[in-house]
Formats: sequence, C-alpha cells, structure tokens
Amino acid sequence: MNNVGLLTIFMLSIFVGFEVISKVSAVLHTPLMSGANAIHGIILVGAILITGTSSGGVQLTLGLVAVVLATANMVGGFVVTDRMLEMFKGRGKAAKATSKADAASKADADRRPS
Amino acid sequence: MSTATQVAYLFTALCFILALKGLSSPKHARNGNLIGALGATVAVVVTVSQRHLGHRVPIIIAIVAGAVIAVPAARVVKMTAIPQMVAMFNGVGGGAAMLVALDEFLRLHRVDSTAAAIAVAFTAIVGSVSFTGSLITFAKLQELMTGRPILVPGARFVTPLVGIGAVGCGIAAVATASGKTGGVTFLVICTLLALGLGVLFVLPVGGADVPVVISLLNAFTGLTVAASGYVLDNTLLIVAGTLVGASGTMLTLLMARAMGRSITGVLFGAFSGGSTAGSTAEVVSSDRAVKSAGADDIAILLAYARKVAIVPGYGLAVAQAQHTIRELVDLLESRGVEVFYAIHPVAGRMPGHMNVLLAEANVPYEQLKEMDDANPEFSSTDVAVVVGANDVVNPAARDSAGSPIYGMPILNVDEATNVVFMKRSMRPGFAGIDNALLYHPKTTLFFGDAKDSLSKLVAAVKAI
Repeated sequence: MNNVGLLTIFMLSIFVGFEVISKVSAVLHTPLMSGANAIHGIILVGAILITGTSSGGVQLTLGLVAVVLATANMVGGFVVTDRMLEMFKGRGKAAKATSKADAASKADADRRPS
Repeated sequence: MSTATQVAYLFTALCFILALKGLSSPKHARNGNLIGALGATVAVVVTVSQRHLGHRVPIIIAIVAGAVIAVPAARVVKMTAIPQMVAMFNGVGGGAAMLVALDEFLRLHRVDSTAAAIAVAFTAIVGSVSFTGSLITFAKLQELMTGRPILVPGARFVTPLVGIGAVGCGIAAVATASGKTGGVTFLVICTLLALGLGVLFVLPVGGADVPVVISLLNAFTGLTVAASGYVLDNTLLIVAGTLVGASGTMLTLLMARAMGRSITGVLFGAFSGGSTAGSTAEVVSSDRAVKSAGADDIAILLAYARKVAIVPGYGLAVAQAQHTIRELVDLLESRGVEVFYAIHPVAGRMPGHMNVLLAEANVPYEQLKEMDDANPEFSSTDVAVVVGANDVVNPAARDSAGSPIYGMPILNVDEATNVVFMKRSMRPGFAGIDNALLYHPKTTLFFGDAKDSLSKLVAAVKAI
C-alpha cells in the first residue's frame, strides 16, 4: 500500500482509539491498561513475518527472541486481563460467588503465613 | 500477502476495536477481552500458516516457549502485584518491537525508502526506552530497588545528552542506510544509547508517579508497533498499535489529572524537587497527640451509626483484607447501617486498581462510589473508616498550598462526623508526607495489621 494509504489508516485509527477509550468507565482503568497492553502484543505477527523471511544466524536469532517476547506480552496480557475481569460481578452474581470465594480465601490464608 | 490473509487481519483489527469498546462497561468487559484474544489468535494462526513462511518449526517452538513462560506468571500473580505485571509485559513487548526493528534494518533491501528507515530508527529508540524503562518500573514496584526517586549525579545533563546521542546515531543510521552494511553500526550504538536512556528516564520518577510512567510507556510501545506496521506494510499492526498509542495517551492524561499533577511534573519533577515523593523530609511530628482506641469502642461507633463510609487504600490490599472488610460491611448492612465504599481514582497503585482488588473479594460494584459521587456524601456520614489509605484523604492537598501534593483531588473524609484510621504505624503514606487529619480531635486511630484489626472489629460487632 502506498504511504498516503497507510497514513490515512494511521490517522483514522487515532480517532477511533480516542473515541472508543473516552467512554471507558473509570472503574475499569486497570483492566483497560492491561487489555491495551495485550493488544500491542500483536507485534508477534511482525516478529513471525520477519523471522520467516530471515537469512543468516543473527537475523534468525533476533527474530526468534522477538517471537518469544511478543508471545509473552500477548498471551500473558490477555490471561491477566481475563483474571481481573472475571472478578467484576454485579450484586446478584456476587452473592452467589461469595461462599466459594470465602472458602478459597481461607485456604489461601492457611497456606500463606501472614 | 494473499487476500484471505488481509481479510483475516481486518477481522482481527475489528476484534481489537470491539475489545476496547467492551471495556466501557463491567458487564461486557470480559467478553470484550475474549474477543480481543480471539482476534489475536486468528491473526497469529493465519500468519504462521502462510505458504511462503520459512523457519516455521523454530517459530512455533518460540511461540510455545513464550506462552509457557507467560501463562503461569499471569495466572499466579497476586492482584496486588498487577501493576508490575503489566509493566513487565509491556517491557517485553517494547523489547520485541526493538528487535523486529533491528532485524528489519539488517536486511537493507527491505528498507527501501528513507521513510521506512526513519520508522525503523524510531522503533529502535522508543522500543528500547520502553523496554528498559518498564524493567525499572517493575523493579521499583516489586521493591527490588527503592521506590523513591533516584537522582544520578549530573543526570540533568547526562540524560539529555544520551537522548541527543541516540537520536543523532538514529539519523546517521538513516542517512547511511543505503550501503551494503552502512548504518548498522550507527543503529546498534543508537539502540544501546536508547536502552540507557530508558533507565535514566525512569530512575528519577518515584512513589505514586510510577504507574503514570507505566501507562506512558504502554502508549510508547503501541506507537512502535504502529511504526513497525508501516515498515512491514502491515495494516493490522498500524491499526492495533495506534489504538494502543491513543488509548495509552488518554489514560496517562486521566491518571495524571486524577493526581492533580501535570505530565511534565511527573516526568521531570524530581529535577525541580516537585515530585510527590521527592526530597520532602519525612516530617513525622511524633510529639503531637493522637487518640487511639480498641476494637470494642470502634465496633460500637460503627454498629450504631446511620451511615458509614469505607475508604480503602493500598494497605488494605497488602494485608489481603478485602474479604474481611466485605464481611464487616455485610454485618453492618444486616444491622441496617447504610454503607458505601469511597474509591479514590488512584487508590491502590494504578487508576482503578482498588476496584479490581474489591471485585476480587466479590464486593458488588454498585456499592463502590467514585470520588465525585462520594464527596457530597461525607457531610452526612457518621463514621468514615480509612483502611490503609493516607495521601488520598490528606486535607493538605486541598488546603495547604505549600504541600507537595497540593492540588491533588482528595476524598473529603474530614467532613464526616467521626473518622477512624486503621494504620499499622504512624508512618506516612506513599508520598512520604504527614497527614494533619491524624491529629484532629474527631479522629480515632486503630493501630495494627489491617486484616487483624478488621477481624477483631467483625468479632466485636457480632458480640454487640
């Protein structure tokens, strides 16, 4: 694609980014940061493409290290965000989950010396 | 790139936009994140199965290795340690972008335009800063090193010099990029200087300002991904990177505003002595009298109140007392007391961190009041219980212009009829400054570990 085309996509993405984020509830700022963090792990696609066309040991090594780091960023980011969001529950659901969580926290406390 | 691949990338880009949109409400947030993960998976699978891709087996092994490292770390991390986990994941993302840029530069036939060479140099510099900067923030939050600002002697001159050197080498690399091996040396020096710059850039930032820097570095990494997308002619990377760049910038500004600080104050405050955790001496006026009480007295105060406000801070989370406080609140509610949680935007160590911690203890989010909704309530509140928080209720931020935290919006706890502080000691908070409210006649202190104290309170209220 030509430069102007790519620049157009860049400009439009900025506006989409601001537009989508400005409506995010303050309650969810931490998951948002973590979720956005996971999304930039998509550099993995770039790392794969560049490793796949590399010639020579140096290029291949750099590429493979990039793939490992990018995967850690992406997979870890989505998993940790999911763990956080799993906990956000309304009044109805919270009451149901309460007894289970209490049991879990007690077991937790037993294992961990305070 | 085949049309099918491009359509798959378009699908992924849409997933990412929907993921961020989903985060606007707690109901849809989890699905939003899963949609994002689905999109990412599709993009990776499509990319790996491209027909012309070489080194497929080592690449798949590397992906598995990355996942094997990250998933257990993400699964076992405690909710209190989320900020440093995010910093770490952000750092490795920045490192990946930097390596992609270096790799790209090595095959000069790909860097066929000056614009692409500039994008590569940009990615190398910003990715490096994000990488080492994030590692330093991780070390600070994990308490591997002091959380206070560190001023390297001469940093005022060294840091800009390193920055200028990195940019200069970047320009030199771009200018000599056309030759066979030209520019590579310059780019390597540029990267090394930028790695150093990341360290120097974050060292002087301390205390409550660290999470703001994580958010900023997150935006930086997003922009490097977008720049890589330009070099690789890959629209998915441009869209995803720009989305993160825009959202990260927005979030950084929101965080700084919530603390009543400017971005320049956060980043360069230590140089002018204006950082929240700067050179401010720990003025602990131990000679001033405080009033403290035991569990029984406070239990009576709470049980016969009409309206109680809970102000949780990071200390609550450190003591793992989220579940115990919910137990206390349930108990009080069953006695007919009206209870609400007042959440400061930067309670915890990141904006929204406290909401995550309370959600972990199954506190329904309807009970949580944001600062703007909570503040009008305090004047009609009988007891405000401050658990493990200090700076966010310090009236000095509102009243005394000389205070380092002056201008930071606070919860007006001092308007409540009674204030109970649960503290481990008289040690000042994250910002390292004294709180006059502790010495106010309407304040009662309850010393001890937050979890023990709350358990005692629960028992005492039950006994009434």
